[in-house]
Amino acid sequence: MDELIKILTEMHPEIDFFNHNELIEQCILDSFDIVALVAEINDVFDVRIPPLEIIPENFNSAAALYELIIKLRGE
Amino acid sequence: MKKNVLEYLEQTVKVYPNKIAFTDGTNGKSFNEIYNAARSLGSFLSCYKRSLILVVMQKCPEMIGAFLGVAYSGNIYVPLDANMHQSRIAQIIQKLSPTAAVCDEKSAEILHALDCKIDIFLYDEISQTKTDNEALNKIRRRQIDTDPLYIVFTSGSTGEPKGIVANHRSVISYIDDLTSILGINESTVFGNQTPLYLDASLKEIYSVLKCGASAFLIPKSHFMFPAKLISYMNEYKINTVCWVSSAFSIISGLGIFSDIRPKYLHTIAFGSEVFPINHFNTWLEALPNVGFFNLYGPTEATGMSSFYQIDNSSPPKEVIPIGKAFPNTDIFIAVEGKEITEPETHGIIYIRGSGITLGYYCDDEKTNEVFIQNPLHNNYREIVYNTGDVGKYDGQGNLVYVCRNDHQIKRHGYRVELMEIEKNANEIDGVTVACCIYSSRFDSISLFYSGELNEKELLISLRAKLPHYMIPNLLTKLDFLPKQDNHKIDRAELLKLTEDMLNG
Repeated sequence: MDELIKILTEMHPEIDFFNHNELIEQCILDSFDIVALVAEINDVFDVRIPPLEIIPENFNSAAALYELIIKLRGE
Repeated sequence: MKKNVLEYLEQTVKVYPNKIAFTDGTNGKSFNEIYNAARSLGSFLSCYKRSLILVVMQKCPEMIGAFLGVAYSGNIYVPLDANMHQSRIAQIIQKLSPTAAVCDEKSAEILHALDCKIDIFLYDEISQTKTDNEALNKIRRRQIDTDPLYIVFTSGSTGEPKGIVANHRSVISYIDDLTSILGINESTVFGNQTPLYLDASLKEIYSVLKCGASAFLIPKSHFMFPAKLISYMNEYKINTVCWVSSAFSIISGLGIFSDIRPKYLHTIAFGSEVFPINHFNTWLEALPNVGFFNLYGPTEATGMSSFYQIDNSSPPKEVIPIGKAFPNTDIFIAVEGKEITEPETHGIIYIRGSGITLGYYCDDEKTNEVFIQNPLHNNYREIVYNTGDVGKYDGQGNLVYVCRNDHQIKRHGYRVELMEIEKNANEIDGVTVACCIYSSRFDSISLFYSGELNEKELLISLRAKLPHYMIPNLLTKLDFLPKQDNHKIDRAELLKLTEDMLNG
C-alpha cells in the first residue's frame, strides 16, 4: 500500500491519498494519470490491469486500487 | 454564397426541426431548440454592439446555443475553459475588456468573485427572452462575411495567452472543405472529444449545423476508461470521430480491442499533434475498414488546413504525412523567400487562403510577426501565415510535418509554449532561475531550476498557476543551471541530462 501511495503522491503531492475516495468524481486524476498509473503498477507490482478493470470504481481511492492489485496478483 | 455561419442553422432547421443536433446522451437539443434559444439570446444581447462576449460554461449543448446567440447579436463570442485557474481568467479579461459574459451558475460565481466589472448573465435566464425579430434582422443586414465570429485562446511564448480572431468567411470556407473531404452528411453521428472552447470543436459544431448531422458530446472522464467509452460509442451508434491523436493513443495504450471494439465507426480523423505510428497501427488493425484521415492546421488558419487519407492496404511505415492542402487553401514550403519543391528538403510551412484568421486580438506586434506579406512576391498585398512549423515533401509530393523551429510543442492536443511554463516557474517565490526542456524522444517536458523550494513545493505552486497540460513531467532541482560561454542557459546540456534520466 505504501508503495502505491508513493506513486500517487509523486503525481499529486497536494492530495492526501490515504483519505481521498473521490479521485475520479473530483477530477484529481486525469486520463494521462490513469495511463501513467497503469504503466507504473505494471512495473512496480508486476501486475497487468486488464482494460475491462480500468473503470472509475477501481480508481476512486488508493484503497480500491490496492484491492484490485491484490486481487489480480492472486489470480 | 453564404456569408454568415448562422445560415447553416437557418437552412437545416427547416429540414430537420425536431432532430437532435447536440446531446451529451441525456440532455439533447434539437435544431429547433438551438435555433430558438440562440435567437432569444441574440435578442437579449443585441444591446451590445461589436463587442466581445465571454461564454464560460461546463461542456453542454447549451454552450453551443450561447455561441450562436452571440453570433445572432452581431457580437464576438469568446469561449473560455470554465475550469481554468482564476488568475488566468483574470489575465484574459484584462487583456480583452469584454463587455459581458454568458455563464452557467458555477462560472457566474467565479466571475463575480473576480469583481471584474463586466455584465454577467445566466444562460438559463436570458435564453428565455422574447425574440425581437426586427432587431435581429437589422443586425444581419449590416453583417458581412469578414466580420469576426469568435476569439479562441492559445499558449503564448511571453507567458501570456494569445487571442486568435476568426471571421465568418474563414469558418465557412473551412467547414465546406472539411465536410466534403470527410463525407459528412445527415447520417453522420459525431462523437465529440475536444473541448468547446478550442477551435478543434468547430468540426462538430458547424458540420452538424451545415449537414443536419448530430453530435454526442462525450463526457471527458470516458477517455480514461476505454471500455466505458467504447460501449458509449456503440450505444449511440457513433460513426465519425475527430479527436486529438493523444485521445486515440490512450485507448490503444490501455489495450482494449481484444475485449470490445467500436461497431459503427466508419470515419476517423486525427490531428493537432503527431500520431505515433505504433498506436496508429493498433487502430488500423482493429478497424481495417474505417477511413482514416490525418488533419493538420494551426488555429491561426481556422481549424485544419491539410489532410491525408490513409490507404489501408498500404499504410505509412514511419510517419503519417499531412498530405495536401484543403481545396480552398494553399500551402507552400519556403526558405528565405524561395519556394522549395524538391522532395526531402526542409523549409518553413506557409498557409494562404480564406482560412487565414484576422490575427491576435489587440496585439499588432505579434500579428505582424507571423501574418506577413507572401514571401514569394511583393506585387500586391497578400497576407499569408507563417506557421513556424518545419516541413518537407515526400517522394509522392505529400507534405510531411518535421518539427517546430521554436520552443512550441503539442501536448495532449494543446499547444504549449515552453517559455510560458518557464516564465510562470520563474515568477514563483523560492525559484531563482528555471529552464524548461522538451524531449521529443520521450515526449516529456522537464523543468530544471535552482532555488529554495523543493520539487514537491514547486509542483504544488505550478499546479496553482498552470493548466494541467502544462505541468512538466519531471522537476529537477540543481545547485546551478549549466551555462554556455555567452552565459545563456545551456539547453542542449539540459536535454541530454533529461534523456539520461529518462533512460534510467
